[in-house]
Amino acid sequence: MDVKTMNQSFSIIEDKKSKALLEEVMKYLFLVCAFFAVLAVFSITLYMILNGTPALFKVGLKEILFETQWAPTAAEPKYGILYVILTSIVGTACAVLIGVPIGVLTAVFIAEVAPKKIAAIVKPAVELLAGIPSVIYGLLGIMILNPLMYKLELTIFKDSETHQFTGGSNLISAIIVLAIMILPTVINISESAIRAVPRDLRSASLALGASKIQTIFKVVLPVAKSGIASAVVLGVGRAIGEAMAITLVSGSSVNIPLPFNSVRFLTTAIVAEMGYAADQHREVLFTIGLILFAFIMLVNTTFARILNGKDEK
Amino acid sequence: MGGTIRGGEIMKRTTLTKSMAVAMTAAMVVGLTACGSAKEEKQITTQNIQPEQVAAEASVTDNALEATTDVSGTITMAGSTSMEKLANAVAESFMAKYPNVTVTAEFTGSSAGIESVLAGSVNIGNASRALKDSEKESGAVENIVAIDGIAVVTDSANAVADLTKEQLVSIYTGQTTNWSELGGVDSAIVVVGREAGSGTRGAFEELLEIEDQCTYANELDSTGAVMAKVSSTPGAIGYVSLDVIDETVKAFSLEGVEATAENIKAGNYFLSRPFVMATKGEIAEQDAAVQELFNYLSSEEGKEVIKAVGLITVD
Repeated sequence: MDVKTMNQSFSIIEDKKSKALLEEVMKYLFLVCAFFAVLAVFSITLYMILNGTPALFKVGLKEILFETQWAPTAAEPKYGILYVILTSIVGTACAVLIGVPIGVLTAVFIAEVAPKKIAAIVKPAVELLAGIPSVIYGLLGIMILNPLMYKLELTIFKDSETHQFTGGSNLISAIIVLAIMILPTVINISESAIRAVPRDLRSASLALGASKIQTIFKVVLPVAKSGIASAVVLGVGRAIGEAMAITLVSGSSVNIPLPFNSVRFLTTAIVAEMGYAADQHREVLFTIGLILFAFIMLVNTTFARILNGKDEK
Repeated sequence: MGGTIRGGEIMKRTTLTKSMAVAMTAAMVVGLTACGSAKEEKQITTQNIQPEQVAAEASVTDNALEATTDVSGTITMAGSTSMEKLANAVAESFMAKYPNVTVTAEFTGSSAGIESVLAGSVNIGNASRALKDSEKESGAVENIVAIDGIAVVTDSANAVADLTKEQLVSIYTGQTTNWSELGGVDSAIVVVGREAGSGTRGAFEELLEIEDQCTYANELDSTGAVMAKVSSTPGAIGYVSLDVIDETVKAFSLEGVEATAENIKAGNYFLSRPFVMATKGEIAEQDAAVQELFNYLSSEEGKEVIKAVGLITVD
């Protein structure tokens, strides 16, 4: 019955008027939906600029970006975040360097190599990994990773006079957590990209006498390149924007990003102090937000440009 | 049915409050030998006695009468930034109970708060320290509403049990880096603290006079994170509000005094400070709304609010 009525109302022949009305209504509904996202992006950008810039003028761009001392509550406050910016760059880069090869190879495994039974185990596991809330990564990090790191730290810096012991809360811990966190994103997107490679290409390669591995590295991956690159972009985005997990494992003191130093990222700098920050301190935190925002925009647009350029070829 | 129960409740409450009143009076007699005999003590209203006791007695009457919601007016506070949490919590819950009263709080610093109250621009001056003699001479009355206590904690396996003020300063400024220097086993000290802007960090550094000189290996953004880090890291040291201490960590005794609410109230434990809501003149001379606020602070309800922000109540 229902099917019948539906067929009637959407039929090509019948009732042109109501059909035209529906077309119009839906057009505007789509427009409103699309506009909603645009509005959100614009209002967030505007808000970040409005809130982030006052401190830039009060404290000075140079004092914020290129000074290294962070003492927001001192009698003479210092708001230098150079180390924080460096930490975000180094941390994200290392996490991507570790996470992407593992992720891409896992994707190759699932899509190309794995026997069906094993793929049926690996794939759901990866999907589950994507669903784990970031705070859980942080908790596991603080309970498992940090104690292990502390043992390593104690052995390495046994006779060091100058090293400040951090109890395992250091850059390496943060990088490991970040690398694991970007895995699901990288794996899922790379896998779709690999699966999208036409079967003919593989067959042709194999027919010409290439081995399976040769086919994967010489044919499949180069073809899937742009898809894999977008996986990397999203991975970078996730890593640079992550706060909850690394705030628990990185120690959160402002230091040079060396492997065994306690470090603070752009994101954790905001999260850690927003709670009680007041006045200028608070404004500078918004400025950090603006810098982080600019970073992510930069990463996205640069990669988008690279990708587009490649597609045009 | 309902009436009987209600009546019974009132009966109970009156008996309770009566016994409380007796206890209070007894306490006053012990506390204020200078104020004459016990009988006189009962007779006098609120003229010569200590603020907290006024408040306590007034709240006793209030509870019995249950007619308190008709207070109206505005209460203004200014002062200590460390008391922000307390002041906001009190303002919020007080306004919920007395919808006709507006409580506003500014956070300008302890000394500025006392100046404001003395200048008459606000009703209450918040100070997170005892009042100076000069301030008292100018007419400020020290009403201690709560005490902030900080415990220094370490992992439960640490052999060191007591620290002096100097040792604590030396650990947090990065001069002492190994427990063996303090009589413990050879193990590195992992210095854990809170983020800049945290009230606990502010109080800790202020009481030890090491503001912005600390070299933290970990700056964590919550009490829970400090507890987790300290309990899971051998050789870690951290500071937290006294009320969150549990068996996962070991609290140091400082200069031989254990970190307990009793010791803090007795004034023996140095990592503590009073939260003062100073008034110009005795509480009894204040507006009805201000008096009611102090009553509220010493009522069970008010004490719950004070405890909820991690402070020790004054009894």
